[in-house]
Amino acid sequence: MLKVLKYSFYDLSRSRWTYAYLLFFLLLTFGLLNFSHDLSKTIISLMNVVLILTPLIGTLFGALYYYNSKEFIDLLLALPLPRRSIFLGKYLGLSLSLSASFVIGILAPMLLFGILSTGLVLNLVILMSTGVLLTFIFTAIAFLVSIRFEHPIRGFGAAIFIWLFLAVIYDGILLLILIWFEHYPLDHFALLMTLFNPVDLSRVLIMLQLDISALMGYTGAVFRKFLGTSLGMSIAYATLLTWIIVPVFAFLWLARRKDF
Amino acid sequence: MIVRDLYKSYRKHQVLKGVSLGLDPGRITAVLGPNGSGKTTLIKCMLGMVIGQQGEISANGKNIGHDYLYRKDIGYLPQIARFPENLKVRELVSMVKDLRNQPANYEELVSRFGLGPFMQKPLRNLSGGTRQKVNILLAFMFDSRYYILDEPTAGLDPLSLQRFKEMLLNEKQKGKAVLMTTHMVHLAEEMADEVVFLLEGKVYFHGGVQELKDTYDGMNLEAAIANILSLQEHA
Repeated sequence: MLKVLKYSFYDLSRSRWTYAYLLFFLLLTFGLLNFSHDLSKTIISLMNVVLILTPLIGTLFGALYYYNSKEFIDLLLALPLPRRSIFLGKYLGLSLSLSASFVIGILAPMLLFGILSTGLVLNLVILMSTGVLLTFIFTAIAFLVSIRFEHPIRGFGAAIFIWLFLAVIYDGILLLILIWFEHYPLDHFALLMTLFNPVDLSRVLIMLQLDISALMGYTGAVFRKFLGTSLGMSIAYATLLTWIIVPVFAFLWLARRKDF
Repeated sequence: MIVRDLYKSYRKHQVLKGVSLGLDPGRITAVLGPNGSGKTTLIKCMLGMVIGQQGEISANGKNIGHDYLYRKDIGYLPQIARFPENLKVRELVSMVKDLRNQPANYEELVSRFGLGPFMQKPLRNLSGGTRQKVNILLAFMFDSRYYILDEPTAGLDPLSLQRFKEMLLNEKQKGKAVLMTTHMVHLAEEMADEVVFLLEGKVYFHGGVQELKDTYDGMNLEAAIANILSLQEHA
């Protein structure tokens, strides 16, 4: 598996998309820092970009990379390698390469502006770790969808729909439910629903760390009470990890049975 | 390597309906059959790329199941040479060598097929015939016990074809078992010890080249096969 990972990573390190993605975060972070000269505000601004963009890029690149690697995968399948290693290697290669672009793109300007001498290191770590987790989650979902659909257009369509649903539509539905049933106590329901959406969960995790949960009103207090504890925090991270593990096992399961 | 009573269908389309054959050391088996008769599917099943519904495939006396180590003993030449296009030939060769983790000997093959000048070129710039030579290189650079070749001669010029045949006979003499599909009947006639004729997913004929000719009283193999096919069409 490590060899497949090595060659996938090597392949991606020569792709201009990897560098475009890195450059985007470099310019964005650098630009924000340059204009505001405020590390704390920059992290808040970055949060919104990270929550939308890392899932989107994970989804798009995941599907694109899978369909583009078909030749490579066919070649690997005829070699004495188990299918699990082939697909896990490809998946980790892409997730790690995207995560590396993202982390370097944010970390380098932050270090340059002296993040280490402020008390904001933990905030940045939370931002970057959720971004990395979201990259792994959505790349796994994209792989699962791509392996399920032989036809690239259908695969792309389904992958983008899942992204749209989790990043946008889900919140809309949740909001509607909250408005319709506003006379009922819904804070625990809201908390539960948040756990089922990795994007929302990541948002809440970052907001709690940044201490802007007061913006969320009474529900914010419930979130704070639950996620502010170390148990809540562990549950939140465990949930995000589950969001990686389940799609990965599902696509490995499909890969094992697929005809190539 | 033995295939016993193999069935495979894609959704409703039944591709293989109980195919059996065996590969023996020092023998070349040619699989003939019209387009869509199941030749490639059979080969992909033997490599574990396609999973059969019924029947058994065993290599070195062990059922292949979801195993993968038996592929160490197989040199496989796929029908359509699809490679990672941005790699150079040399990079591809060393990558496959590294991934298989077995000793490889390719210098002799590179000179046999005149691939030297192409080693530093990216695969997307190669012509169809040259790609096929790279395909042959990848299949034969390991000292494998079995060679499974899907249309090995497609796109080769006469000289390369000649050199390919020499190499194949050489491997046969070394006691390798070879299975190849082909549409070139005279190639099968010239090279093969055994012919398997697939028709609509079934083995229509299995035996020596001479036997097949005798069945159709002294016709050459090409005529014999054309005869089978036209009978099938009328039926």
